[in-house]
Amino acid sequence: MTSILMTAGTVGGIGLVCGVALALAARFLAVKEDPRIAAVTELLPGANCGGCGYAGCADYARAIVVDGAAINLCAPGGQETLDRLAAYLGQEAEAGEKKVALVLCGGDAGKAPRRYAYNGVADCAAAHAVAGGDKICAYGCLGYGSCARVCPTGAIAIRDGLAVVDPALCISCGACVKACPRNLIQLVPVSQDVHVLCSSNDKGPVVKKACSVGCIGCRLCVKLGGDAFEMDGFLAHRRYHESLDEETGDKAVDKCPGHCIVRRSLRS
Amino acid sequence: MKTIRAPYRVRGGVHPVYRKDRTREKTIVDLPPPALLRVSMAQHLGAPARPVVKKGDAVARGQVIGEPSGFISAAVHAPASGAVKAVDNERTPAGGAAPAVQIEPDGEDRWIEGLEGLSDWARADAKTIVGKVAAAGIAGMGGAGFPTHVKLSPPPDKPIDTLILNGAECEPYLTADHRLMIEHASGIVQGLEIVRHVLGAGAVRVAIEDNKPEAIAAMEQALAGVAGDVALVILETGYPQGAEKQQIYAITGREVPSAGLPMDVGCLVENVGTALSVRDAVLAGRPLTERVTTVTGTPVRAPGNVRARLGTPYADLLAACGGGEAFAKIVAGGPMMGLAQPGLDATTTKTASGLLFLAPGEIATYSSMPCIGCGRCIVACPMLLMPAELSQFLEAEDYEGAEGLNVMDCIECGCCSFSCPAHRPLVQHMKQGKAHVMLKRRAAKK
Repeated sequence: MTSILMTAGTVGGIGLVCGVALALAARFLAVKEDPRIAAVTELLPGANCGGCGYAGCADYARAIVVDGAAINLCAPGGQETLDRLAAYLGQEAEAGEKKVALVLCGGDAGKAPRRYAYNGVADCAAAHAVAGGDKICAYGCLGYGSCARVCPTGAIAIRDGLAVVDPALCISCGACVKACPRNLIQLVPVSQDVHVLCSSNDKGPVVKKACSVGCIGCRLCVKLGGDAFEMDGFLAHRRYHESLDEETGDKAVDKCPGHCIVRRSLRS
Repeated sequence: MKTIRAPYRVRGGVHPVYRKDRTREKTIVDLPPPALLRVSMAQHLGAPARPVVKKGDAVARGQVIGEPSGFISAAVHAPASGAVKAVDNERTPAGGAAPAVQIEPDGEDRWIEGLEGLSDWARADAKTIVGKVAAAGIAGMGGAGFPTHVKLSPPPDKPIDTLILNGAECEPYLTADHRLMIEHASGIVQGLEIVRHVLGAGAVRVAIEDNKPEAIAAMEQALAGVAGDVALVILETGYPQGAEKQQIYAITGREVPSAGLPMDVGCLVENVGTALSVRDAVLAGRPLTERVTTVTGTPVRAPGNVRARLGTPYADLLAACGGGEAFAKIVAGGPMMGLAQPGLDATTTKTASGLLFLAPGEIATYSSMPCIGCGRCIVACPMLLMPAELSQFLEAEDYEGAEGLNVMDCIECGCCSFSCPAHRPLVQHMKQGKAHVMLKRRAAKK
């Protein structure tokens, strides 16, 4: 009987001491966290994609509340989340337009031939390290799916040796942009539908040998489209912050001798 | 001078079929400069040289056309006299792109004037001799291409007591070093004495595999008169006996620490071809403008060992060896560590030890299968790593895990891939992992 009482007393005593210690600790060592952090975390979509540049939704929420980070960085949340955040925090909702990833290469199996049979690790960086990649084009998409593997929503598929993003599934987190060893992927505003699908900075004759849909650097689009296009060496870029009217866009698509300017809607 | 067997046994390694018979008795043939030389500025390990000539310039053989652009870099010299046709970018045999100088030889092959050697090198100080080596643009000719003048200037707290001359040539098919040792034994030994003088190394060991009796005999004869602690060490034939860390272990029993260099254990390993180039640079002041390359493989009609100017296109090398029938694979270097080439458009560099052509029947295309856990790669790995486990980490892109398993110690010898019954691309995984870890470390430094 005494042993039972001894045990109960000891355990009960330890429990009492620890309980008091915890109660005191909770009172004197409490970390005051801004309740808004938890609230903002609730408002964010919880995808934890890292597209905003922070370690996850909670980290972004902390950055918004504590460091005053911009509230329009959450791409998956879109307008809805932005509105909710703006209402809660009493800020202006300055919407960044929704963007989706676009692979700036149009050279699929039929258009951009390969130089040799690659038979190794199915990873774009690995293929690129073997004699500069198996495509003749030193800039084009290798199609070994390094971008598809990092996509959190499975929006990227490899079709005919070319990565293609499904705009409906893309949450513009930018993971693929970082994964592509050839830097072919760009986040493009969804309202834009005329694109230069080529990233080759080679001169015209070299491009012609490597791909049937490559930019030869003729500058015609810059002449036609004005500010909407610009040249970087031997490669035309679409300047997405400049608008392009329907007619000029059609003209650029029709006239492009390299057939690399295409019209493709990114709206889902 | 004494001849001994290697006192220690290298762990791991494999025994591929050597296939050196087609070229081992072929005397080195000097090739005239081709119609157009395309001299890459990435001839060596480290930063590519910076071109200092422009289109239209007339150059003499041995004139500097590329200046070193960093601490680990080496000068590049015109391999023949002629006119510069263009300076542009080219793909290197390793896959990247680097500037290249195109030179159309004028047929006179005139050396630049004013090249002077050190007739009395034995009394010159180390700095003067290393200066000569640097001016000659010498890079390790065994394969890695580490700039020799950097290697010959170890920090003062890392004295070198043992100099090892590497004539192992453990890669199958290659016989360039083998022929050099037979035909230029005395020159190699002169180079060896110069390097010994620079380093002040007490012991000199010349390592040759026991499948090269002619080379052993020739080097024995040439070494006979050399004073000091000199020994010819006969290594058991096996791959990778020519890898420096393995060779150091076989000869001295010292183990180069993880992430360390041979100088950490007081050793320095120099290739026989490099020693010969050092001789030319120090005694004659002559820059490195050519090297011996083995052109071989069953599709080649007249395989042989050729001394070609740096920047000779592979197509010219093949033509000089009688051309070849249909081939399915071109490898720059040997079959174990060489780099498969997409075509014959690349050119020779200071590290071009061989050019191997394989017939369609000689190559096999595998698709890789999951690891069956047999452990053959672990037995084969001469660095005592666990390639099976590493490749699974790397397949999952867990680079930190791979770093923890010492992926950075991999010497990319290929023994693991060679021995894998599931045909897993183990060494490619390792290369990939090493590249990722390097990138991460560089980013962390910034």
